[in-house]
Amino acid sequence: MLNCCGHYEKFCTNFSGLPEAPCEGNVLSRQSRHLPLLASLLTLLLLLTVGCSAADPQNTLGSNLGIVAKKQADLFWTVFAWATIVFVFVESLLLFTVWRFRRREGAPEPHQTHGNTRLEIGWTVVPALILITVAVPTVSLLWELAAQPAVAVDVNVIGHQWWWEFQYPNMGTTDISNPSPSWGPTCPSCLVTANELHIPQGETVEFHLTSADVIHSFWVPKLGGKLDVVPGKTQSFWLRGDEPGMFYAQCAELCGIQHANMKFRVVVDTREKFNQWVQAQRQAPRPPDASALEGKGAEVFKAPANACVGCHTVQGVSAGKLGPNLTHIGSRTTIAAGVLDNTPENLKRWIHNPDDIKPGNLMAPAVRALNLSNDDLTALAAYLTSLK
Amino acid sequence: MAAVTGSLAGVVPRPKTEHGFMGWLSTVDHKRIGILYGVTAFLFFLLGGTEAVVMRLQLAVPDGAVTGPHLFNQLITMHATTMVFLVVMPMSAAFFNYLVPLQIGARDVAFPRLNALSYWIFLSGGVFINLSWLIGQAPAAGWFGYANLTSKTFSPDLGVDFWLLGLLILGTSSVAASLNFIVTIVNLRAPGMTMMRMPLFTWMTLVVAFLVVFAFPVVTIGLVELGFDRFMNTNFFNPLKGGDPVLWQHLFWLFGHPEVYILILPAMGIVSEVLPTFSRKPLFGYPVVVFSGIAIGFMGWGVWAHHMFTVGMGPVANTVFTLTTMFIAVPTGVKIFNWIGTLWGGQITLPTPMLFSLGFIAMFVIGGLSGVTHAISPSDYQQQDTYYIVAHFHYVLFGGAVFGLFSGIYFYWPKIWGRLLDEGLGKWHFWLMLIGFNMTFAPMHILGMNGMPRRIYTYPAGMGWDFWNMLETVGSLVIVLSLLIFIANVFKSRSNGKLAGNDPWDGRTLEWSIPSPPPAYNYATVPVVHGRDAFWSVKYPHLDHEGHGMAAVAHAPAEAHGQGGHEEHIHMPQGSLLPLIAGVGQTMMIGGTVFGVGSPVSIIGGLLMLGAIFAWCSEPINE
Repeated sequence: MLNCCGHYEKFCTNFSGLPEAPCEGNVLSRQSRHLPLLASLLTLLLLLTVGCSAADPQNTLGSNLGIVAKKQADLFWTVFAWATIVFVFVESLLLFTVWRFRRREGAPEPHQTHGNTRLEIGWTVVPALILITVAVPTVSLLWELAAQPAVAVDVNVIGHQWWWEFQYPNMGTTDISNPSPSWGPTCPSCLVTANELHIPQGETVEFHLTSADVIHSFWVPKLGGKLDVVPGKTQSFWLRGDEPGMFYAQCAELCGIQHANMKFRVVVDTREKFNQWVQAQRQAPRPPDASALEGKGAEVFKAPANACVGCHTVQGVSAGKLGPNLTHIGSRTTIAAGVLDNTPENLKRWIHNPDDIKPGNLMAPAVRALNLSNDDLTALAAYLTSLK
Repeated sequence: MAAVTGSLAGVVPRPKTEHGFMGWLSTVDHKRIGILYGVTAFLFFLLGGTEAVVMRLQLAVPDGAVTGPHLFNQLITMHATTMVFLVVMPMSAAFFNYLVPLQIGARDVAFPRLNALSYWIFLSGGVFINLSWLIGQAPAAGWFGYANLTSKTFSPDLGVDFWLLGLLILGTSSVAASLNFIVTIVNLRAPGMTMMRMPLFTWMTLVVAFLVVFAFPVVTIGLVELGFDRFMNTNFFNPLKGGDPVLWQHLFWLFGHPEVYILILPAMGIVSEVLPTFSRKPLFGYPVVVFSGIAIGFMGWGVWAHHMFTVGMGPVANTVFTLTTMFIAVPTGVKIFNWIGTLWGGQITLPTPMLFSLGFIAMFVIGGLSGVTHAISPSDYQQQDTYYIVAHFHYVLFGGAVFGLFSGIYFYWPKIWGRLLDEGLGKWHFWLMLIGFNMTFAPMHILGMNGMPRRIYTYPAGMGWDFWNMLETVGSLVIVLSLLIFIANVFKSRSNGKLAGNDPWDGRTLEWSIPSPPPAYNYATVPVVHGRDAFWSVKYPHLDHEGHGMAAVAHAPAEAHGQGGHEEHIHMPQGSLLPLIAGVGQTMMIGGTVFGVGSPVSIIGGLLMLGAIFAWCSEPINE
């Protein structure tokens, strides 16, 4: 006997022509009717929570600051809308069904329905149709992103444990005394920097990625999705920053002990400011004032016993390739790969004991034995700050 | 009277008794092996859960100081490796072991000693991989161990060695068990039980067994190549010498994606038994549920590179895998609707096993939908390697598989032990676990979309991540509380739980027709089956339109040399210590490689294994 009373009568199918029981007070309660509404409100709340975080530095959904991120977010919201509809429908149906068909005292055994071919075809075909609907914009965006528009700026990205090397081909001086790294794209006339990347507003930038060691992933959430940085191969993708600003970025593939602290910053400049930045980065740094603290700091930097020159490059001063290029470190917002603000105090902290900031990082063994005095550290910080 | 006789002239005792410690070490009874799997898996669950709680404590606040980065990376690796290989798979195996022979009307599996071997390999392999903690060198390269982070250069300590050797060991256990179950299901079904009359859980066991047999060799190849790279300086994954780290990812995920279906299908099988029982009507669309399980098994081979959308495979590959991944949602969705169809029109009661099965459906729908959002590869370029992914797989693996397995635990507990678990405590367990689970994992969707990568041991303040992380940590502690309640329930049931009788739930399938706990031989007389839900048809013949229930057939008694049984006529295989010795020997042989290829431990282990296998081949079924 079937009991198909109340509000949802039209969904109640008499599967095998059995007589239906008369409706005896089986009226749908107020609560069940409001279940779909409740579920939708909760979903909306979730949406608001995410939407309200658009100001957060690595939010992927709320911004119109980068065209790639925007298109990816739009696609996500489209699919999310479908997912919400399905979620509300299925969960409400589940809750309703459990409530509606609770065992009642003295009720007869339920009809032993084995299936319903039409329904089963229906609930196979309908989801497939929804998926086809979603597949179209998905594949379309996939190919749009794969075929990049005209490129204005190229940047080579070399991932290292646990910092980022950036090279701008053909923007460096011709007097490059530093040979290219042992792997990755060769770069005879590159402008080389680290951990902070500048790009011009509104222009397509193509990134060519490789790694010097293990797999990393290059990710600037507010500008667009990520691409892995793989040793032994070079691969490319494009982004475009549509509003000026400072963007947070972070490695997104487990790459060892300091994966969590392998960050970088992307600065989107107006074209004019970008040109100025390039010009400034191309120059050799001004020589330090020998009579001032920075001059003393330069001596500390250059002293062979202190090992700085073995790992770092300062144009005209040293040619080390193991650590970040420090030629213009004074101009960067952060140090230690996006982990600390660039202040003299932080420079001292970092050089004095890198393990305190990034336990396990590769600079620590070199400096551990040095025991630089506080005066040396202060001078060194002054020197590095002067490298603007 | 000699307590033991033995092959190898008394060197290895052949226990004649089922009692005591020796009885458990030498058991070949599928029910005991199932219990061993279940208890061991649960203990590993507590271990893996502890690892998770420590991580959550570290991440509760920005710049946490609970663990350093290396310990954290070890925790993420060991937590996931434990949960996948030492908890969900073995707990599923506990059910395969206990239930399948009962459901098909058989007395045991096809190869009882091989069955025991699988368990001892699992136990010794699980212990082996956790020995790495004791020397402070647990693996730290993630549970999917991407090359070339896993090379000797970048992971110099023994961690990755323990990991790869441990997985090789555990793989042999799973493959052996799967072959055993395939033969059992194909050959040992009761008369009249055609494939389309098998309980759905047995069907899912069969599909999973085939998935294991085909998938594990693939990861074995990857692990062996990694082993060669680490131990013998080959260059499969070394880009400096022409190798390709991305090759590892293909090999791993070609295994890894079928693996996730291996993880979920058993729980789906359990849910497909529980829902009909407590709706008092059959599984809606049984043939379609069977075929969708098979379809998922096949289609699961075509989606692996959706784990690699951001690796740089190019738009053609990304397009293909986007489409295949989207479409695997169809057979999965079919199951959900068939389950709702089962409930519809039923007379539903809500004891604890039913709550967990309903919870499974509710949570799995969420996980499945978030999975569809990952399939949208351009959007996945943002989601990949963030907490959004962590949310997805915990919804399907915890909200899905673990809830499903708990449903099975509460459902089958009375059959296994003869006593019910307490309903009141069970409901507390369920609701607290549901609430705690959602508190822990729902916010991860938000964190992921808000840019928090996964596998980071700490994060600074000011990212907008603080509140959700704290909430998740509190949620994880609620889960712990719910588990304590479950453990209390276990003790309560064992000491004075309500006696269950044969059929406490008014069940539908054959296992409910025999005593709780079942006798060693399961069925005194082998049933003859005439339809699906054979036992229900016997109890309610007036409701049965399609099948005609079952009938008992007199079974020609044979001379018994069986151990300890009261039924003199039924011939059950005698226990043996050789599976234990062979299993431990194999673990020593493979695991001993941490000391170097061909180390003394390996050689001794190999000799033990070979000796035990030789003795096994000459050991009669009964002495």
